Amino acid sequence: MSAHVIEISDLSRRFGKKQALDNVSLSVPEGAVFGLVGENGAGKTTLLKHVLGFLKPQQGTVRVFGLDPVADPPGVLGRIGHLSETRDLPTWMTVRELFEFTRAFYPKWDPVYAEELRMMFELSLSQKVPTLSRGQLARAGLLLALAHRPPLLVLDEPSSGLDPVVRKDILDAIIRTVVDEGRTVLFSSHLLDEVQRVSDQVAILDQGKILLTSPLDEVLVSHYQLTVSFPEPQPFFPQLTGALTWSGSGREWKIVCNGQKQELEDQLHELNAEILEQTAPTLDEIFVARMKSVERPSAT
Amino acid sequence: MQIQLSEADGTPYYLQVTNQVKFLVASGRLEPHEQLPSVRGLAQQLTITPNTVARAYRELEAEGVVVSKRGAGVFISNGVSPLSNKEKRRILNERMDALLTESRQLGVDEETLLKLLRQRSQKFDLVKEVEK
Repeated sequence: MSAHVIEISDLSRRFGKKQALDNVSLSVPEGAVFGLVGENGAGKTTLLKHVLGFLKPQQGTVRVFGLDPVADPPGVLGRIGHLSETRDLPTWMTVRELFEFTRAFYPKWDPVYAEELRMMFELSLSQKVPTLSRGQLARAGLLLALAHRPPLLVLDEPSSGLDPVVRKDILDAIIRTVVDEGRTVLFSSHLLDEVQRVSDQVAILDQGKILLTSPLDEVLVSHYQLTVSFPEPQPFFPQLTGALTWSGSGREWKIVCNGQKQELEDQLHELNAEILEQTAPTLDEIFVARMKSVERPSAT
Repeated sequence: MQIQLSEADGTPYYLQVTNQVKFLVASGRLEPHEQLPSVRGLAQQLTITPNTVARAYRELEAEGVVVSKRGAGVFISNGVSPLSNKEKRRILNERMDALLTESRQLGVDEETLLKLLRQRSQKFDLVKEVEK
């Protein structure tokens, strides 16, 4: 996994006054499932649009398969299976026409695989696109993204707003994609339990900046959650090194921490606080802690 | 092989897999020489990435719980796993720590706790007897 399928360095993008991306650097290794997380408006879609070559970098570089996606759309886009957040499919077509239409763009379209997926997703060829339900639309979009067996799959919020059955289909498709021939997946999501489940690598994007990018296991192992009890009720939680966020009241508090364990334990000891429990926080809890601990000039 | 992954737990999935395989070996639900699912098969079964499964299998092999035979697959090691006793101890220790924490918080001393445990154990045997 030494080769990087996607290499982004110092990418910045401005929309009018808004700094959508601010010096973003990240690389996606071949064969990885890379989960991109962040709040709405953090810049996830903008970042993915640069990978697809729909937006030209104002500053910095984007390389996909070692190529510039803006300068070489066939070399890049032809090798990417893509599901957009808005799933903008032509509304006047039937499912059959939609498949034929898309097939024309991809020389590597695999009709047998497409049919297999269609049966599995229970899509009717004669149905018109506007009559498809949200879940069917997502499945149709996914089929179009997968049927040419792309080496890279880029999914923007693939499972947002879908029921659990369709979500499971999407996750299974992600796994099947990497299981077959070690292909690579980059997807954005705000459903962190999903990201925790299927990703090898994660990046947290906040207000256009990369807050953290690392193998998922390292993120999970480097954070821990303590339940502590103070001898006296605390009106607010004391300032402690290593504590990202805290919640609670009175004598018992819960803290999410990152590294610096010894220092934190020493400080708690000085305050005569007792550690009741240590647990492993989920990616969701880590994400919330990281978000809250970021300095927000507008919030003061 | 049945493995249940918990999303409510921040323990990395590869660790959840290794812990549960060890538990299945220690409890006899996986026997020596038994073949484990392939990396790809287990990845699809659990909806986790193959890299995660591969990492779990590597750790298990390094600890001597499984052996991987080139081209044939991954198997539980020969004879009684040397880890078995140690692993049983580890699993029980976790439970005992939780029990000790709670009994201390409730102000129950060690003596009383042991007495309670013995009473409970007798009752437990009695119930099992009746169920038969």
